[in-house]
Amino acid sequence: MVISRTHHISQQFDRELEDIRSKVLAMGGLVEDQLTRLLDALSKRDLESAEQIAANDVKVNEMEKEIDRECSGILLRRQPAASDLRLVLAIGKIITDLERVGDEVKKVARIIMNISITAPHRIHYVGVLAMGYHVRRMLRAALDAFARMDSHAALAAALEDPEVDKELESVMRQLITYMMEDPRNIREVLDAVLAARAFERIGDHADNICESAIFLVEGKDVRHVPMEDVRLSLDARHRED
Amino acid sequence: MQQTIKDPNIEIDAPGEISGTMEEKQISHRAVPLEMPLDNVQDAMQTESFRVNNLFLYYGEKRALNGINMTIPEKQVTAFIGPSGCGKSTLLRCFNRLNELIGGVRTEGEITLKGENILAPSVNVANLRRRVGMVFQKPNPFPKSIYENVAYGLRIQGINNRRVLDRAVEQALRSAALWDEVKDRVQESATALSGGQQQRLVIARAIAIEPEVLLLDEPASALDPISTLKIEELVYELKQNYTIVIVTHNMQQAARVSDYTAFMYMGDLIEFGDTRSLFTTPRKKQTEDYITGRYG
Repeated sequence: MVISRTHHISQQFDRELEDIRSKVLAMGGLVEDQLTRLLDALSKRDLESAEQIAANDVKVNEMEKEIDRECSGILLRRQPAASDLRLVLAIGKIITDLERVGDEVKKVARIIMNISITAPHRIHYVGVLAMGYHVRRMLRAALDAFARMDSHAALAAALEDPEVDKELESVMRQLITYMMEDPRNIREVLDAVLAARAFERIGDHADNICESAIFLVEGKDVRHVPMEDVRLSLDARHRED
Repeated sequence: MQQTIKDPNIEIDAPGEISGTMEEKQISHRAVPLEMPLDNVQDAMQTESFRVNNLFLYYGEKRALNGINMTIPEKQVTAFIGPSGCGKSTLLRCFNRLNELIGGVRTEGEITLKGENILAPSVNVANLRRRVGMVFQKPNPFPKSIYENVAYGLRIQGINNRRVLDRAVEQALRSAALWDEVKDRVQESATALSGGQQQRLVIARAIAIEPEVLLLDEPASALDPISTLKIEELVYELKQNYTIVIVTHNMQQAARVSDYTAFMYMGDLIEFGDTRSLFTTPRKKQTEDYITGRYG
């Protein structure tokens, strides 16, 4: 697949594409930052920080709307083709995923606000936090792969998703044990379940971002395709090149 | 034809396309090797109209086409795109041997229409041009009535029966989506029509003699946007019955109207494939640079 690095005849078009690309990365940075602060707040049960994080989600939403507007502007003015078209299409999907990651972050921030006030703190969040760190790494790798237009890096990041799913299963087992030990734990455990579930969803969105990056670079729609097949296909192409 | 192309098991233009089962993919890997992208179109086609074999064309000493190989599918729209001077109009004019009217033109190689070599000296050129109609950038109606413009080709063939002509003229004007606009004034002069109407009239004149192929050389570039859309709509209708080859400078137009697109550059056929693949995932950097508007 060709991704041309030469400039457009219209330099204004170059600037427009570069502009939305860097805005997506800025939005990704903001979401990543939100997630980092969330994990910190969760480990410390920091009510104040959680409130700030929840309030900050507005910024993520605004960025999504702004980038979306610029994408439709480019479609209208430029009728992009080939890699330019794939870039605009991929960005349209990536910002939706980033906005949803923002929503999941906000959800967990609310859970922190909840547990830091009411919960008796009988259960520990080690497993849930580990999931959170895992999906943060995955999200960062997905955004990196998009920034560097590296389909192999995107694939490597996407391959983490099944691992996150396995982690969720083991965290659930652990949390169920808490519930069985003492029904008074149930309320607090339910919050932990919701948090774990939110992290798992963030992993799914990171996975989608990887798929968008692969679409951008390779021109292949790899949604709902087993990642092992994608790997074989990329390897085959690599050999052909 | 339609079914074959839409069949997801047949990878028209994407070696290693990730879809379907592993088994299908392995088959498609073998069936569509990357080295022979032009064959993909042929693989997917049940019937071919033209086949171009190693075609060279010289204007005097200057070589304008460098060994073109391609197959034009029947009853589909094939678009030629490329910068000015790339040879796309030259190639188009080979299909009805119009280049021969220009002095000092020499061709090597072969073009077959339904298996018959149309470049052979023994070919009756008038007969070839009856089978392969052509429409140019600027509409060129004869200074006659609308009716006589459309009936012209049939009269040349010796058809003078009024009833036959009436029916054929109406049929051609309907096919060219012009009948409703001119049915009350077919005896008026064709030159009184608007540019867009004239262009559709010329198309009606071309299809009145029921050719197999229509060659369109930038048919809409002199028209306003509404007339352009009407011509594009017409192209879509006409491909039910005719093989259409269109040269256009307007890439969005090629993307809109064509099933297959060929990108030419400096007399070479750079890339040829189904239109959607070519415009979303071109294989060659030159194609990518041209359709995205970049410096080469």
